[in-house]
Amino acid sequence: MIELEKVCRSFPLGDERVHALVDVDEQIREGEHVAIMGPSGSGKSTLLNILGCLDKPSSGIYKLDGREVGGLDEEELTDVRRHQIGFVFQFFHLVPRLTALENVELPMVFAGISPAERRERAMQAMTRVDMNERVGHRPDQLSGGERQRVAIARATVMGPRLLLADEPTGNLDSVSGRQVLDLLEGMNHRGLTLIVVTHDPAVARRADRGLVMTDGKIVRRLEKSDLAALAGIADAAEVSP
Amino acid sequence: MSARDLLSFAIQSLLGHRLRSALSLLGMGVGVAAVILLTALGEGAREYVSTQFANIGSNLLIVIPGKTETTGALPGMGGAPNDLTLDDVQAIQRRLRQVRRVAPIAMATANVSRGELSRQVAVIGTTSDFLEVRNLSLGRGRFLPVSDLHRGAPLAVIGEKVAEELFAGQNPLGQVVRIDAWRMRVIGVLAPRGTQVGVDIDDIVLIPVATAMRMFNRSSLFRVIMEVRAYADLDATTDAVTALLAERHGEEDVTILSQDSVVSTLEDILGTLTLVLAAIASISLSVAGIGIMNVMLVSVSERTSEVGLLKALGVSQGQIVAAFLAEATLLSLTGGLLGVAFGWTGVLVVVSIYPDLPAHPPAWAVGAALAVAMGVGMIFGVLPARRAARLDPIMALARR
Ligand SMILES: Nc1ncnc2c1ncn2[C@@H]1O[C@H](COP(=O)(O)OP(=O)(O)O)[C@@H](O)[C@H]1O
Ligand SMILES: [Mg+2]
Repeated sequence: MIELEKVCRSFPLGDERVHALVDVDEQIREGEHVAIMGPSGSGKSTLLNILGCLDKPSSGIYKLDGREVGGLDEEELTDVRRHQIGFVFQFFHLVPRLTALENVELPMVFAGISPAERRERAMQAMTRVDMNERVGHRPDQLSGGERQRVAIARATVMGPRLLLADEPTGNLDSVSGRQVLDLLEGMNHRGLTLIVVTHDPAVARRADRGLVMTDGKIVRRLEKSDLAALAGIADAAEVSP
Repeated sequence: MSARDLLSFAIQSLLGHRLRSALSLLGMGVGVAAVILLTALGEGAREYVSTQFANIGSNLLIVIPGKTETTGALPGMGGAPNDLTLDDVQAIQRRLRQVRRVAPIAMATANVSRGELSRQVAVIGTTSDFLEVRNLSLGRGRFLPVSDLHRGAPLAVIGEKVAEELFAGQNPLGQVVRIDAWRMRVIGVLAPRGTQVGVDIDDIVLIPVATAMRMFNRSSLFRVIMEVRAYADLDATTDAVTALLAERHGEEDVTILSQDSVVSTLEDILGTLTLVLAAIASISLSVAGIGIMNVMLVSVSERTSEVGLLKALGVSQGQIVAAFLAEATLLSLTGGLLGVAFGWTGVLVVVSIYPDLPAHPPAWAVGAALAVAMGVGMIFGVLPARRAARLDPIMALARR
């Protein structure tokens, strides 16, 4: 589904350029669950933004379903984001003036779906994340975990095939974090391709495999067993002072 | 995305920032209200002047003693002007066939009393022609009789208000009133007319001109009003009157105005005034437009993360422009309508305080104010909207 070939991304910084991604090669198959790890500033978010068609590579090739994203114009990119991709953010990014249900309806409003249909689909999405009791609440009336569940409902309501989550549990306590991960995992099991950026090994261990980034490069590729071991080490580190 | 969805999205975001929206509505409202109120006042003043002169024959000439020089010698160079006398009036009557009616006027304020009741009233000495010249009508009794100009009979025709105040429902006809020390018999009451050329016709007393000149100890008339026959040319008649009086006085020492020129000059002045007021008000409108731009700019920068989110959700740049533009348009339209309501209320208040002023906003002013409000709102809304659409979604989403 995803093919990256020598993907680079650099940003101008004064007279110089920051190389956020350097020659990234990677392939991700449909239905996979991949964790992207690495220290802060290693290029994880930059990679995720490129995968989500919010940003384009400075050089190299990104193919989504065989189509090269670099060759798409703004309108086509918008269309891809609307129908193929869902985003979940660390800071939820719910629109504060809208109710939970209205937030979930938002992508459908701009996609021109009729009010009756979008209400129904939003309700279904809210039910999937177990938030159907709180549809009329505004974001400031919801806990962090509840907000993230609403955000997941919104990210999936258009029926995307690729779900991108940037530190989805970074702002949550461990219980809500686990609930959110359960939800994401459940959606992955139903066929959604899931890519999660995290530096929490407990989050990463749930993935099928992991990519470790440093200085804009993928420096290690971890299998499921490696992820479990990593999490074990982290657990041990947490127990011992 | 349907227009309805766009609209409700815009309404929701405006309601999400109540104070800011309210302030810019207020700005726009005040701007539009100013345009409406000021032009209404200007138009009202113009109409007031028109109605003051309405129903007075348009073929009137007014002779005023003294020469107002518009060119040439300095005013007053010829010394004091000669009196404008009743003999002059008689000469005009006899020698100028094109003059149909002549009403000499001698005027002063005097104390008019009957028994204990008294009242300060404008007393006008004139002749029988006054009624037609000023297009007035008689309510009761008869008007000043046609008689020798120099004969000062002790007769008076009084206005409706004077009749009410001094006679309180009794029949004034045949009764005697005192004007200062003079006893005069009331022979008629004028029909109610309200103000005309700034004089409250209901609150005057008319007496024979010769009586008035003696009473007020005047040697010169205040002015002479002439009605020119329909076939005669006003300019030629003006020249003829000027020549006649110059011959009699030995110099040109009167000013002759035509009613028409006075009215049209006043209307010109007041029309210009309306435009000036409208221009001033448009400045406040533009300021209101800049206010809306500020609101929209603040709105864009406060909502960067929302814009980034919308992009991530697959909202196109065009839709983002449309959404912000809808907000700006809604803001300026509502502000404009609010302004019309404010302005209209203001006009009603003014009219209730000054019932004589026919103040009402001209349709062009209402239309233009609304159009300008919409225009500036949208123009100043486009800029922030385009800025919003171009925002880098990654940068936008990086903020919380
Ligand atoms: N829009 C940008 N402009 C300039 N530099 C950027 C931008 N986005 C990211 N960077 C830089 O690129 C590098 C990688 O950033 P990022 O992908 O956010 O890292 P991570 O998510 O792994 O913490 C960092 O050095 C960051 O400062
Ligand atoms: Mg990051």
